[in-house]
Amino acid sequence: MANHTLSVLVENTPGVLARVSSLFMRRGFNIESLAVGPTEIPEISRMTIVVNVDMLPLEQVTKQLNKLVNVLKVVELDSDSAVERELMLIKVRTDVATRGQVLETVQLFRAKVVDVAHESVTIEATGDSAKLAAMLNVLEPFGIREIAQSGRVAIGRGTRSITERAMRTNASGTSN
Amino acid sequence: MIDDHAIQRGRHKMTEPAPETLTGAQSLVRALEHAGVEVIFGIPGGAILPAYDPLYDSSIRHILVRHEQGAGHAAQGYAMVTGKVGVCMATSGPGATNLVTAIADAYLDSVPIVAVTGQVASTVIGSDAFQEADIRGITLPITKHSYLVTDAADIPRVIAEAFHIALSGRPGPVLVDIAKDALQANTTFVWPNELALPGYRPSSRPHNKQIREAARLIAEAKQPVLYVGGGIIKADASEQLADLVELTQIPVVTTLMARGAFPDSHELHLGMPGMHGTVAAVGALQKSDLLITLGARFDDRVTGDLDSFAPDAKVIHADIDPAEISKNREADVPIVGDAKDVIIDLIKALQKQTADDGLTGEYAPWREFVLGLKSKFPVAYEAPAQGLAPQTVIERISKAAGPEAVYAAGVGQHQMWSTHFIDFERPRQWLNSGGAGTMGYSVPAAMGAKVGAPERVVWSIDGDGCFQMTNQELATCAIEGIPIKVAVINNSSLGMVRQWQTLFYDGRYSNTDLHTGPESIGARRIPDFVKLADAYGCVGLRCESIDDLDDVIAQAMSINDRPVVIDFVVERDAMVWPMVAAGTSNDDIKIARDLAPEWDEEVL
Repeated sequence: MANHTLSVLVENTPGVLARVSSLFMRRGFNIESLAVGPTEIPEISRMTIVVNVDMLPLEQVTKQLNKLVNVLKVVELDSDSAVERELMLIKVRTDVATRGQVLETVQLFRAKVVDVAHESVTIEATGDSAKLAAMLNVLEPFGIREIAQSGRVAIGRGTRSITERAMRTNASGTSN
Repeated sequence: MIDDHAIQRGRHKMTEPAPETLTGAQSLVRALEHAGVEVIFGIPGGAILPAYDPLYDSSIRHILVRHEQGAGHAAQGYAMVTGKVGVCMATSGPGATNLVTAIADAYLDSVPIVAVTGQVASTVIGSDAFQEADIRGITLPITKHSYLVTDAADIPRVIAEAFHIALSGRPGPVLVDIAKDALQANTTFVWPNELALPGYRPSSRPHNKQIREAARLIAEAKQPVLYVGGGIIKADASEQLADLVELTQIPVVTTLMARGAFPDSHELHLGMPGMHGTVAAVGALQKSDLLITLGARFDDRVTGDLDSFAPDAKVIHADIDPAEISKNREADVPIVGDAKDVIIDLIKALQKQTADDGLTGEYAPWREFVLGLKSKFPVAYEAPAQGLAPQTVIERISKAAGPEAVYAAGVGQHQMWSTHFIDFERPRQWLNSGGAGTMGYSVPAAMGAKVGAPERVVWSIDGDGCFQMTNQELATCAIEGIPIKVAVINNSSLGMVRQWQTLFYDGRYSNTDLHTGPESIGARRIPDFVKLADAYGCVGLRCESIDDLDDVIAQAMSINDRPVVIDFVVERDAMVWPMVAAGTSNDDIKIARDLAPEWDEEVL
């Protein structure tokens, strides 16, 4: 099984998140991560769903998602032709002796420190899953006190826009 | 001097008066009238009460049922015989949750119904108010779509959308939950001329390339079968299917949901496939090299063990729901489209192919083989030395009422015997709970069917177990003048479960004895169905012997002013054959206990 990143454009209506998550639960599909946010069009929200399935069940996932009345478009983003990012906030234990080393790691991974206390620093890092995993690995020995991580968001490379495409198909489609 | 503009303005005012103010409840009833609703099955209660006041004056007939589940199944029965959307109505909380079984049933069998439920006032939603239940959340996985309306102005739009969604594409149930304060608020009524559903584009024309590819496979095949499902009936495509069979001379199997989609009397009809299918239908699928699947979904009750199902067959799969294609069995040629369009296009492509390239399928040896199975292994039963065979009862009812009647079954042995021993000749002749297997479906579904087709004789063929789940609707039938006929195939037990206990649990009959039979088999006749019918204002009859059988059926056929219930006391050890045991391969079909067809002898 492999992870697949789906971008799902949905109507911004109450209950739409429940419909999508209920569908995943009922059909037995595993959600690895889920991120929801607004788009450039106020009536449309975008969900980025990472799902762990084989190819054939993936086809089922997208077909079933497309059946939801509030779902406008489902696109699978291939990691080679898309930018994928996650955001992580990490609270790391530090003391006078280790603070310098931690700050060095922060710089190496082009992350930044967003809060400092006597016995800890809080780091904000963005990147793909591999980078964040590598950074966590390096920070591990210092003692990780707490992590908050976002779901993955992703966008296709190049000038093409899936919201534009969705709006176009919807304008040309008949409401039969 | 009169100012022209003033006249214009005046005229303008006269033709378009200011929209009148009305309540949300009035708006709801007007919207239902605009949607073409003739009848609603329902029960009032607190939250939905405002809607019942304008309903009192409406042209819409409201039929007061005795349990909301009955309202749901009645809406299904009405939808199945008319092809229109069935409507049921209930109040919030338990009223709405009692609809859940019928909604789930409609979802699995793709029946277009709209369920309108009252909800507590929007100001108290989420506070665990009296009779509050999140019915939209509860029905999320079993509805095609659902709404919670908290603003009265949304009511006409939502009703228009709900009916469109329920009926178009792959039909299904839509729930409209309306908060009480939205029903009470003042609003204006504006019926939408166009629907804005950007995420819902259900029907597409079948793809030409796929149709041509399908035509090519059909011409190349040696052992093709038309595997026909309920989609043919939903698409009203029986005529086109008959044309396709006429043209290609390919044998047909009809699933449980498709009984009647193709006439049983046709020579090339091999019967129903699946767990209790005919040897010819099951055998044809297993030996086939091409399944032409039209509006069917490779349900596990049809395929048995999926890996050994039709192992040598390529698959053409046409369905209006793209998600059904390659869900269970991968399709070689997927075709998304309405069954009627698909068949029309396919016929054209086949004819063109013959005209252009001289390609025509040659299936004579295959036909001989499957027709040989059909004549060698007809669906049969052994009449018991004593007592009444349930199969005989159903056979005789079919003979008396004919294919113009409607038959609604419950779930279990009597349902399977009905599929085998009723002559199905026309679509919408047969109603049953196929996907969900809902005991209690029959009586209310028959009631809804009779309301939808009052000119037809409607028989409920029910079991003694099923009948006890929803027979309260006999009161509705008696009072509302809905003269259905109910045949209780009474074997005094949960017959299908008992059959499995006989076959797989050493005859240990744990909790399957219902005691509805006579003292002679140690039962106590609780309840006495004749007395029960009488108590409900119906005619109650009993038949215990084959000698009385035709007379009793004739008597029931002659009564048209009241519902009739017949307690057919049948032999309780009768079993449904053929049978493919759950989870095993279709190749292991048994035609009777420990008796399998000798496949080796059946060489092609």
